[in-house]
Order: sequence, then structure tokens, then C-alpha cells
Amino acid sequence: MPIQYYIYLCLALFSIGIVGVLTRRNAIIVFMCIELMLNAVNLLLVAFSKVHNTAALAGDKTSMIGIEAQLFVFFIMVVAAAEVSVGLAIIVMMYRNVHSVDINFLNRLKN
Amino acid sequence: MNAIIVSALLGVVMMFSGIFTTNKTIIKNIATVGVLVLLAANLMEMNNLFSFDINTHDLIVTQRYGLFFNCIAFGATFIYLVLSASDITEVGVNAAEYFALIFFVLCGVAILSSFNGLLMLFIGVEILSIPLYILTGSDKRNLKSNEASLKYFLMGSFSTGVMLMGIALMYGATGNFGMVHSSGLRGAIIAAQQPPYLLVAGVILLFASMSFKVSAAPFHFWTPDVYDGAPSVFTSFMSTIVKAAGMLAFIRVFENLFTVLGPTWHIIVDFAIVSTLLIGNITAVFQQSVKRMLAYSSIAQAGFMLFALYANNTEIAKEGMLLYAAAYSLATISIFAVLIKLQDYSLDGFNGLAKKEPVLAFAATVSLLSLSGIPLTAGFFAKYYVLAGALQAGGALWLIIVAVLLAAVSVYYYFRVIQAMYFKEGDPQTLPISGGFKAALIAVAAFIVILGIWPSALLSWLYF
Repeated sequence: MPIQYYIYLCLALFSIGIVGVLTRRNAIIVFMCIELMLNAVNLLLVAFSKVHNTAALAGDKTSMIGIEAQLFVFFIMVVAAAEVSVGLAIIVMMYRNVHSVDINFLNRLKN
Repeated sequence: MNAIIVSALLGVVMMFSGIFTTNKTIIKNIATVGVLVLLAANLMEMNNLFSFDINTHDLIVTQRYGLFFNCIAFGATFIYLVLSASDITEVGVNAAEYFALIFFVLCGVAILSSFNGLLMLFIGVEILSIPLYILTGSDKRNLKSNEASLKYFLMGSFSTGVMLMGIALMYGATGNFGMVHSSGLRGAIIAAQQPPYLLVAGVILLFASMSFKVSAAPFHFWTPDVYDGAPSVFTSFMSTIVKAAGMLAFIRVFENLFTVLGPTWHIIVDFAIVSTLLIGNITAVFQQSVKRMLAYSSIAQAGFMLFALYANNTEIAKEGMLLYAAAYSLATISIFAVLIKLQDYSLDGFNGLAKKEPVLAFAATVSLLSLSGIPLTAGFFAKYYVLAGALQAGGALWLIIVAVLLAAVSVYYYFRVIQAMYFKEGDPQTLPISGGFKAALIAVAAFIVILGIWPSALLSWLYF
């Protein structure tokens, strides 16, 4: 399958994530949209990894080119997990104080 | 490597010290000694005495410049702890954990000063940011702190997503995670028959997300809210050491931007610099709260630091970046240390401070003079070096003129605070102030003046 399809799919997922972050008002849904953005990137990295690897295999049958993108995906997963733990803790802390996770509450700092 | 390993270990040590003791003085002292150990470890690597030898496959390459930046960052952290450690322990019940998180942030600083390639850039930025989300929300009962923390977290991870998309697109175009000035990227530009759209889109996304991290306009909108809502001690840390490290990473990943990507990029960088300076300086004029004014002023200072990026890796601009990091950190840490001691953060809260606490007023005055770039303070040479670097790199003269004019605007809002302290009547309420605190403030003020007279006292360390 040509790489373009993967790029379109990933950009579509990424854009859905961005639109979600910008329009939704529930902190947890905003957070889910951010995760969607990260996973779109993961998919794109793996697709590019395969493309570069296939290109390199034509010249060298044992080529390992492209492996670093898959490594990167693991790092993104780990960092995303760390962000989830911190982020949910922050949302829970917010919920305890105002009994809501609506980000329209976030207007105390404006003035 | 020393700084990365030792700072991560010290973070763990601090977490354990929280289990064994709840005595705030002991925890404070462990942290202060820890920063000194970290500084010593870094100096040992700088002078080739001892360093952990770890094969990172060129993911991390330590250079003298980065190590020297580490020294400045750790030195500034030491001063920060001397001045404000007791206030950190007062933020909440988990005193040891706050110091642990500060050490993890320093680990991120050490990675950002030595990364080689976009993978370690991403890891470094995240290690730097995630502890800050927690520190911002550390005042758990305070709704402002909660709100700042949630806002910072959501926007920070959003910008991380954008940065990753940029990195992925750049990888697709080049086939490696080299930096903007790397040979792989240059080869991809040469090999591409038509304009490499993926690459351009990737670099723009990376630029946007790095601008977000250093709060350069038009991605600055989170800064005032977060800096205002966070506990003041942590605002001090965030707006100095962390911001300087973010800026260093920005410059390192984009160095030689124009020679690699072509002169069209001048438009983007010019726009970023001018809008950052304009928004930071003009909005700061209208602030009534000194804390919020300092948040806007930190945006404005980021505009000046961006000149080091504009200067395209000239020698003087690299020196200027270091000097700016030192001058800006020292001045902001000391003004925040004074601010924390005041009960009222509004401009009126400073009225008559010179009569009641002359030492605090004097230290604040020196810091504010340095921030506005008056000669004989460190801020003057810092601004001079970065602007001279931009000129030397063939920068447009109008840009320099705009910067100098806006620096003149900044004098107005900094001097309003000085005027309130010396020429207005009032009875400011302060927390109890110890003699040691005053002595440390005087030492920092002296340091600012020394750097303003002999900037080479700092910079000559870079070369031998």
C-alpha cells in the first residue's frame, strides 16, 4: 500500500484530536483527544519506519535502517503513560475541589 | 553524563529522605547540599577529572558549552534554594517531594544541554515538563493553583503532540532523527526534486511547539495564567532555569536554521521575535499585580533570547545566550524571593518597602535594573551580546531598533515598582525575614553588578 494512505489516515486522526482539544469542554475528553494525537504520531512513525526499511533492504538484505522509529514509538508510549498518571491526578485534584471536570471553570485567572 | 545520572539519583534520594524524616530543616539542607554535589559532579566532567563513560550511540554528546550551561543552571538553582528553600517547604505537606521534582527537572535540563537528535530532545523536554505540571498544582487546596496546573498540563501535552507530529514528518522526509542542521536533512533537501512538503510541515510544527515551551508569541497565552496561578516559589523556578533550558534546546535544535533551510525562514523568526517582544512588553505595562507583570516580562525576555536563535550560531550570540541565562535567572530569582516575602502581590503592596526593609528594596532594585538592561548590571551586557550577535550574523537593522525601543518600554514598568518602593508612602506587610536571607540577597545583587562590569569573568570559563 502506498505511504500516502498512511499519511492521510494519520493526519486525519491527528486533526480529529486537535479539533477535539479545541472544541470539547470536558477535561477528560480533551485529554483523550490528546492521546489520539499521540497515537496518530505512533502510527505514522511505524509506517515511515517500514518505508525507509524497505528502501534500505533493496541495497542491503540485513539492513536495520528504520528500527529507530519503532524505538521512538516505545518512548512515546512510556512518556504518554507518565503523562496519563500525572494528568489524571491533576483532574482528580480539580474534581475534589470543584466537583466538576468542565474546563469552563478555568476562568479564575483571567482577571 | 555526570549531571544526568547524579541529578536523577538525587531525585530518588530526596524521595527517600521524605520517608525517613519530616523535619523540614533537614530536608532543606539535604537538597541544598545535593545541588552542590550536582554542581561538583558537573565541574568534574567539565575539567576531565571524572565522568561516567556510557555508550549512548551518539544520542547524548556532551560538549563544553552544554556543560557550562549546566553549571549556570545548577548554580542558579543553588542560589534559588538558598533564598527560597524555606518557602518551598511551606507550600504543602510533601516538602521532600517538591525537592525531588526539582532534581528531576534538573535532569531534564542536563539532557537538553547535551542531546544529539530529536529522540533525546523529546525525552528531555518531557522530563523537564512533567514534574512542572505537578509543581504548578502543588498547592492542592488553592483553586488558582489547580486551575493553573490543569491548564498547563492540557496545553503542555497538546504542544507535545504537535512536536511529535513535527518530528514524525521530519523523519518521514529524511529517514533519521537528526537535528535541523544535520547532514541527513541537508541531503534530503538536496535530493528532493520538488519542495519537500513533509519536511517543511515538520519543521514548522517543531518550531511552533518549541515556541510554546519557551512561551514565545503567538504561543505565549498559557504563560501569564500559569505563572500567576502557580505557587510563587515555583513560578520563580519555572520562569528562570526551566525557561533558559528550553531556550537552549530551541537554539540547539534549530542552529544554523537559515543556512540549512534558506532565507525564507527569516520571515517566521522575525515574526516570532517581534510579536513576542511587542506582546510581552506592551501587555506588562497594564498589569497591576507584580507577579503577573513578571510573567509578561518573562515573555518579553524570551523575545530577547530568541535573538540568539536568529544570530545563527555566531560565537558572540552563543556567549550572549549563556550570559542572558545567568543574568536573567539571577535577577528574576532575587525579585521573586523578595515578592514571596510580601503579603500583597499588587503594585501597592510594594509602597514604602524601602523605609521598612531597605535591604529587600535595594536587592529588588538591582534585579529590576538588570532586567531592564541598565548599564553596570548583568542585563545590559546580556542584551548587548545577543543583539550584537544578530547584527554580526547579518540581521536586519530594523529588528534591532524595534528590540531596543521595546527595551525602553520595559524600563517603564520595571521602574514603576522601584518608584513604589522608594517614593510612595505605605506600610507593606512582610513575612519574617532572617539575617541570612538578607545577606544572600546582597550577595546576589553584588554578583549581578560584578557580571555587569566584567561579563568576561563568567564567559572566560567557557574556553579554558
